[in-house]
Amino acid sequence: MRRTHTGLRVRLVFTFTVIAVAASALVAGIGYEFVKSRMIDRAEQVAVSDVRDTLEGIRVPIGALWPGDSPPTDDEISALQKSLRPQGGRVVVRYEDYLYPDGDFGISDVPADLGVRATQRLVAKRQLIDGDMWLLIGTPVWRIEPIHTAQPTGMTVFVFAPLIEEQRLLSDLRQPLALAGGAMLIIALGLGLASARRVLLPVRRLGSAARALGAGHLDTRLPVHGQDELAELTATFNDTAAALERSVLELRSLEAMSRRFVADVSHELRTPLTAMTAVTDMLSEEAERLPREPAAAVRLVLQEIARLRTLVEQLIEASRFDSGTATLNVDTVNIVDAVCDCLAMRGWTDQVRVNVPQGLSFPLDPRRFDVIVANLVGNALRHGEPPVLVTARSTPNGLEVKVRDHGKGIPAKDLPFVFNRFYKAGARGDGSGLGLSIARANAQLHGGTISVRAQHPGTLFTVWLPPA
Amino acid sequence: MAGILLVEDDPAVRIGLELALTRQGHTVTSYASGEEALEHVKVRRPEIAILDVMLPGIDGVEVCRRIRRLDQLPVILLTARGDDLDVVVGLEAGADDYVVKPVEPRVLDARIRAVLRRMESVASDRITFGDLVIDRGALKVVLSGREVHLTPTELRLLLELVRHPGQVLNRRYLLRAVWDHTHVADSRLVDACVQRVRAKIEAVPAEPEFIHTVRGFGYRFSPP
Repeated sequence: MRRTHTGLRVRLVFTFTVIAVAASALVAGIGYEFVKSRMIDRAEQVAVSDVRDTLEGIRVPIGALWPGDSPPTDDEISALQKSLRPQGGRVVVRYEDYLYPDGDFGISDVPADLGVRATQRLVAKRQLIDGDMWLLIGTPVWRIEPIHTAQPTGMTVFVFAPLIEEQRLLSDLRQPLALAGGAMLIIALGLGLASARRVLLPVRRLGSAARALGAGHLDTRLPVHGQDELAELTATFNDTAAALERSVLELRSLEAMSRRFVADVSHELRTPLTAMTAVTDMLSEEAERLPREPAAAVRLVLQEIARLRTLVEQLIEASRFDSGTATLNVDTVNIVDAVCDCLAMRGWTDQVRVNVPQGLSFPLDPRRFDVIVANLVGNALRHGEPPVLVTARSTPNGLEVKVRDHGKGIPAKDLPFVFNRFYKAGARGDGSGLGLSIARANAQLHGGTISVRAQHPGTLFTVWLPPA
Repeated sequence: MAGILLVEDDPAVRIGLELALTRQGHTVTSYASGEEALEHVKVRRPEIAILDVMLPGIDGVEVCRRIRRLDQLPVILLTARGDDLDVVVGLEAGADDYVVKPVEPRVLDARIRAVLRRMESVASDRITFGDLVIDRGALKVVLSGREVHLTPTELRLLLELVRHPGQVLNRRYLLRAVWDHTHVADSRLVDACVQRVRAKIEAVPAEPEFIHTVRGFGYRFSPP
């Protein structure tokens, strides 16, 4: 849940930033390239026309010599270089087989293809030499004088015009562009985060509202802002929550009514049961004197009255747990005494082996502890086989009481359900089907629990009660 | 065995209990309402009263309270539930014991006998603790020269505590000794009865001089 919505935010911000950066890079790049090409073109035009003008003006005798001409001297070539040399530039001259380098620049700095092409016509090219940008203009020199017909002279000049100034200007331009790009990136990130938050905040609110609803806060509603899809979703959420609340309330009131009904019925049943119970002893004594068949009938009635009484008692006890009115009256109790009293009162002392340390005492509700032990032992005696063993010990986590029988055991498929109400594993006996569930509710009221495990042979119930 | 006053509004329960108690040898006079029963108490002297808590008109607890104003007649309450307010209120009103419906006649008979046995004298001697004089023969308690009226149960509890001066008696022991309860019963019986005895013999019941509470264990009688 959390992961997707972080993912959504990252995706939104990422997309936003990518678009913004791409757009600004495109604009800046186009602008930069435009400025760059215009600037360099201009520098190139100036340099080329300078070279051309200068060359038109030279009077040095080169090429096929005319009468009166003498081959150019080195001084004349240097003068030519000097006149062609732009500010901070270099001029390399190739004349027939002679090369005239200029300073640290030689013919090796001229790319081979340009060297060849420059013998035919004027070519210009930008060239990076030792990290600096140069404009390299190569041109053959023609001679028009003195016959006013252009003739090749076999001389090629290579003018290296520096573009340092332009380079500096461009780098000056790059810096603000980079700054603007950075600013754009930050703005894009900020805007992306803000809009992600704006979009995701209602989503997150919906998420936590849905969680609250799931946790049982059925009155959770969200304020609806605006008209967009999220507002629609929020409204739908509110409607759903309202519908859910309505049906849950209905169910709850139905459940409360049925519980109330069970509790009322149980209480109403108690009065006739009290009247019947009052005369059971008398009837059972009289049954001794009756003929066999009526005596059997009377005994059956008495037995069923006892069973009905247990059932009603346990129904009332269970409904008290349901309504939350069960209370705990804690007292420090000697466990041996409590267990032995519980067994003695029910006439089970001879059928159960008790193994509890003499001095063990523990704070608990004696009546509820009695119910727990009586239910577990009664269950073991009814459904298991002897020996039935009750052990108790004090552990750092509280009191642990174990009730073990050695019977056939509870089928593995029934084991998880033995604490369910009216769940009866195997044959329907004289148990009410509520005993184990009440025993566990009593343990839970103490903050403890009861667990069950299959043994070979038999079944082991373990009661755990935490220290008060 | 004993003259019993039974108050129970449900006719079937009333007849059932009458039958059972009569068979056990008691003489039972029964009424359907508390008002009638109170009239009877004034005229005839039953030995014990068994009161249903839920009654039309004044309820069992109120009947018990009014009986206590007149004399120390032992009272057993017949309640519908074992662990609700009924019991606490009933014990505070001065009931000696209670049974939960539906009650087996044997159990009810045992309780009746236990309550009545408390009226039998223990030994004929007299012990004095400062202002407090306990006459075990005459079953009389005198505080600062004036007789204190204790119910048989209260007296029995006091005598049990006095028999072991300086010794802590736990609630289970007292339940067995005084109420004859043989199973884990309600320690509220003991607590409520101690409160009533304190109210009668202590100068300041909240700061007792005779019967001290030992938290988590029980009570100890140690005279100042």
